[in-house]
Amino acid sequence: MQTSPAAVVEAHAHDNPALLHHFATEGQQKNAASLGMWLFLAQEVMFFGGMFCAYLIYRYKYFGDFGSASQQLSITLGAINTAVLICSSLTVVLAVRAAQLGKRTALVIWLLLTIVLGLVFLGIKADEYAEKFEKHHVPGPHFSYHELLPGQEGKPAAEQQYANPRHAEMYFSLYFAMTGMHALHMIIGVGIFAYLALMAYRGKYGAEYYTPIENSGLYWHFVDIVWIYLFPLLYLIDRHR
Amino acid sequence: MATAAVVETGERENYLNATYGLKSWLLTVDHKRIAMLYLISITFFFFIGGFFALLIRLELLTPASDLVQADVYNKLFSMHGMVMVFFFLIPAVPAVLGNFLIPIMIGAKDLAFPKINLLSWYLYIIGGILMIYTILAGGVDTGWTFYTPLSTEFLNTNVVSAALAVFVAGFSSILTGLNFIVTTHRMRAPGMTWNRLPLFVWAHYATSIIQVLGTPVVAITIVLVFLERVFHLGVFNPALGGDPLLFQHLFWFYSHPAVYIMILPGMGIISEIVCCFSRKRIFGYKAMALAVLGIAVIGFLVWAHHMFVAGISLYAALVFSLLTYFVGVPSAIKVFNWTATMYKGSITYQTPMLYAFAFIGLFTIGGLTGLFLASLGIDVHVTDTYFVVAHFHYVMVGGMVVAYLAGMHFWWPKISGRMYPEGWGKLAALLVFVGFNLTFFPQFVLGYMGMPRRYAAYPPEFQVLNVLSTAGATILAVGYLLPMVYFLWSMRYGPIAPANPWGAAGLEWQTSSPPPTFNFDYQPVVTWEAYNYDEIPEPEEVPVAN
Repeated sequence: MQTSPAAVVEAHAHDNPALLHHFATEGQQKNAASLGMWLFLAQEVMFFGGMFCAYLIYRYKYFGDFGSASQQLSITLGAINTAVLICSSLTVVLAVRAAQLGKRTALVIWLLLTIVLGLVFLGIKADEYAEKFEKHHVPGPHFSYHELLPGQEGKPAAEQQYANPRHAEMYFSLYFAMTGMHALHMIIGVGIFAYLALMAYRGKYGAEYYTPIENSGLYWHFVDIVWIYLFPLLYLIDRHR
Repeated sequence: MATAAVVETGERENYLNATYGLKSWLLTVDHKRIAMLYLISITFFFFIGGFFALLIRLELLTPASDLVQADVYNKLFSMHGMVMVFFFLIPAVPAVLGNFLIPIMIGAKDLAFPKINLLSWYLYIIGGILMIYTILAGGVDTGWTFYTPLSTEFLNTNVVSAALAVFVAGFSSILTGLNFIVTTHRMRAPGMTWNRLPLFVWAHYATSIIQVLGTPVVAITIVLVFLERVFHLGVFNPALGGDPLLFQHLFWFYSHPAVYIMILPGMGIISEIVCCFSRKRIFGYKAMALAVLGIAVIGFLVWAHHMFVAGISLYAALVFSLLTYFVGVPSAIKVFNWTATMYKGSITYQTPMLYAFAFIGLFTIGGLTGLFLASLGIDVHVTDTYFVVAHFHYVMVGGMVVAYLAGMHFWWPKISGRMYPEGWGKLAALLVFVGFNLTFFPQFVLGYMGMPRRYAAYPPEFQVLNVLSTAGATILAVGYLLPMVYFLWSMRYGPIAPANPWGAAGLEWQTSSPPPTFNFDYQPVVTWEAYNYDEIPEPEEVPVAN
């Protein structure tokens, strides 16, 4: 029972055009893509994990200074961005659902909405970055910092203690590294969804083939989850006083 | 047209003659062709790294720093390390032999993601170009470890391009590992159960786990070094309260497991070869499979043994010392099981088997001296001496490179469809073994006597041993050049190889040599395990090249 490779390829041609030559079934192809995506996300966890590890060590060492620097961030903007990202996770799920049901128009709309929410997040983030530049809170030769430690506001001026500007600079180094890497992932995600929206508009995806939508959705959820950790770690240090 | 080519040459259609032209290679998604692209590029970087090694040995021929000055010497050993580690040792076996063999061994048409496989080669090439740029632009002298704050604050050499080179090459490695894991899970032929998987595939599976989970940590660490140099962020900067030890922790979290990325695939090769040339089933199959996974897992928990004298706490050092001893257990299981496999086997002494013998002996020495270094007292005495240099070269060169050569000889008939000249092969194996030991055994002694590594000059009483070492390196270089010459020669003049010249039991020997583009003419169904040598006849007369 021998089948030549050419015959195998030909046999596939009658099936789903999205089925690649080296897979036996569509199920095998989908499972492979899905496992590949989860492994990629495991890789991403370790990638961000290195920075989270550095952050946690310095936060433990320089807690007061990090608390002071953290209060330079706007909780309002951070909270709005958190809400925006959670909404974008919802629109991604709805996009996957629309693809599964074969609703092309709905799929394109949900994808576009996700892009819009992603851009809103990036816009707000850019505004926050701009403020850091204005206040000279960007690490480097122009960095300057003169703020009280948390809990010092009510004390007489002579007793007030100020945060160590070097450690505050460390905080902002981590802030820019972590949120910057996160924003880079957001930009890549927006690019992916723009491509997917175009392909979806052309009718490439449907109930029988929507793996790229699903896997890109996984990526987007991961990027959201990173932010869900970044927001309390960076914005909410020592805020309970 | 593919069929026309077959008619013209009268040869069976295979992956080499299926299509022609540069484009058919550079845009290929065939795992076998990508493996060949890797073979060429990795060989190129091996000889660049080897060239730096020879310059280092030439400088050390005399006690004074006369051939090169100290700053140039710093660059030589840094670039030797970076090129060899990131562009040869880590990718060599997985990207060449693993890429070529894993799909065939499990009865698949290709890796799960052929385009990602090609992408990973292009990433390797981009990283390689950045590395070459680094070398041509004047080099880098951080050591291959990029330790901060030396690399971030004090050096004015090409740290940024070197860091980018390592970063990009790292993602090539991640994608290869990801591809192998998915392929092993999802692409196995009917009947190829996990318990029938060749140990070569098990070893690559374990390696891939390290590649996927370890490499991103060094990637982000290198990004932080890059941000520190270019944008003045200060995560490792002591002036901002940054901790240089943090860099070392993050770096070795990957770079210690990375030595298992280098050695585990080699162990997979040795398992296949020892069985084939002893005509016996592997001793303790399950223990062998679990041992590679064990090494991969425990290997993640031992990194701080590189930092015993760097200022970590005594308790941390004690814990990491103990954990390091634990790695010795699965490693010893491997060595004992190989020897037990050979026991009462019907051993023949072809070139791959000679390399396998060399591997087992040299890896044992390299591994045991690793345990010396794991004990805190001895480590304090020999840290940053040639003892450490000798130790890791016994594992990396005596282990990994020897295993790579063993695998290249064993599977060369499958890869090229031609036999290499056996006599020359044995001579090269002998030269490598003698040259290697002459190069690195004196370094154990030098290190124990107190000669520090990374210096261009040394006291005159160390000269005799250094001359021996340099002489050995010259022999070793000849031993490496020979296979390259006769492999190339055999592609044209070697005798045509049959499908299974060694009478080996693995699935890869069931298809023709070289294999067709989709590896098998039919979907293989596996009903045996890879080592049932009891039922496989001795090989027919192996064609011999003169």
